[in-house]
Amino acid sequence: MERSNRLVKASQLKERLMQAVFFLSACISIAAVGIICFFIFANGLPAIKKIGILQFLTGTLWRPGNDIYGILPMIVGSLYVTVGALLFGVPIGLLTAVFMAMYCPKSIYRPLKSAVELLAGIPSVVYGFFGLVVLVPLVRNIGRSLGFGGNGSSILTASLLLGIMILPTIIGVSESALRAVPSHYFEGAQALGATKESAIFSVLIPAAKSGIVTSVVLGIGRAIGETMAVIMVVGNQARLTGNIFKGVRTLTANIVLEMGYATDLHREALIGTGVVLFVFILIINICVSLLKKGEHR
Amino acid sequence: MKSKILKILIYLSAVITLLILFFLIAYILIKGVPNLKPDLFARHYTSDNVSLMPAFINTLIMVGLSLLIAVPVGIFSAIYMVEYAKGGNRFVSIIKLATETLTGIPSIIYGLFGMLFFVTTCGFGFSIRAGVATLSIMILPLIMKTTEEALKAVSDTYREGSFGLGAGKLRTVFRIVLPSAIPGILAGVILAIGRIVGESAALIYTAGTVAQVPKRLTDSGRTLAVHMYTLASEGLHMEEAYATAVILIVFVLGINTLSSFIVKKLINVDGKARLQ
Repeated sequence: MERSNRLVKASQLKERLMQAVFFLSACISIAAVGIICFFIFANGLPAIKKIGILQFLTGTLWRPGNDIYGILPMIVGSLYVTVGALLFGVPIGLLTAVFMAMYCPKSIYRPLKSAVELLAGIPSVVYGFFGLVVLVPLVRNIGRSLGFGGNGSSILTASLLLGIMILPTIIGVSESALRAVPSHYFEGAQALGATKESAIFSVLIPAAKSGIVTSVVLGIGRAIGETMAVIMVVGNQARLTGNIFKGVRTLTANIVLEMGYATDLHREALIGTGVVLFVFILIINICVSLLKKGEHR
Repeated sequence: MKSKILKILIYLSAVITLLILFFLIAYILIKGVPNLKPDLFARHYTSDNVSLMPAFINTLIMVGLSLLIAVPVGIFSAIYMVEYAKGGNRFVSIIKLATETLTGIPSIIYGLFGMLFFVTTCGFGFSIRAGVATLSIMILPLIMKTTEEALKAVSDTYREGSFGLGAGKLRTVFRIVLPSAIPGILAGVILAIGRIVGESAALIYTAGTVAQVPKRLTDSGRTLAVHMYTLASEGLHMEEAYATAVILIVFVLGINTLSSFIVKKLINVDGKARLQ
């Protein structure tokens, strides 16, 4: 009797112990978010303060040699390529998602789905390299023949490449949003005499709106945070320009390009660039979770 | 008329998506395969042979060690979330928010954090261990998420059956629930491998860019993706860059095939087992 009691106690102890281990493991991700935020902000904010937040965010000159740090060109550069990526990626991605959800014959669905997954799995350096050897010369020739000049590394090239890179995100999330719409919506529209296409565009897509918007926001997150692929095709000149055949520099590129040799305030200003990027990403994250919450209601 | 145009656009988009993928892969393979010379696989890197072998080995080391840290932690936290925590728990929603945030953070921010925390504050220096630590955090949400899904997919009758036979909670989790969830977990692990293999922005300023196999974990070493970035951005060894791209693409293709194969295979076996 006593022995079995002891056994029960031992196993209870083991249960408790493992439960604590599980609990602690679960805490690690919270701790990770905490220290990531802490280290990025604690290292970046002092520099922003020293430079002056207004000067840092709205300064149009980036001259580390003269201790002038304005990242407006990089903010605008990131916005340019992100918007450009959406212009290419969203229509093609959304329509491909429509194809996969509504038109695709069963026999080619699996291969197509694997193709999209593969597109998501290709490393960003390989995309960047592809952009460097294929898209850059292409855009250079187009730009020269149209008389816009530029050497091919440009806003347009980066937008094209990022547009390709966000395709899998847009397709995957939009497709499941389209599939989640109850089938009687579509059937009802067709019963009222709508063609398949008008049923899709006037009933199905509006019904799947929040999922599609989520896919776009996730795409924005991917595009704005992309680094290595963008560095290889965007030209990296820290300047403000309205010519899409000219190069710019993004926030991400700024960090990687100069972190290798930066010291003192220059280095801190680069971390400050990271802070600005991080804030953008956090805003996007909040948008995504709000959108998801809205979906559940 | 309008319908027809829309239909054509829909088909056209699907074709464009496929063509982009095929063109990208075909282009890299056609340009790269002829450049796969034996020199590239030499034991040591020199500026003459531009060998990718050390980078390849570093990649394997990085994958192995990162999984060693992230897989247990990820699985344990998923077990907590699915098996122990009560639904609607405040703490659970905080963890969910945290993992979603981690998923959304781009790799350059991980790289920056790894440099500030592991390299500088912890004093790891540019080293394999700093790279591994950074990557482990990066793949953690992925493993958590897929394991959670896999655990949730295990039917409650399994758990009830196990409890009914007198097994405790812990035994039920490890003997009954976890084994049934293995295919899903494995698929997540393979995705994580893909993520590590393709990673570059998070590694340049954590693991560094030394092109040799490190003797110790405290030494710096570049992975294949970083190697490729260095080659392409220097612009001196484009042929070798093509060849490295081929290796990376083949790696990713292999990983994707493997993951869908494992999922299919294990689910089949599992399905049969359930029927018996």
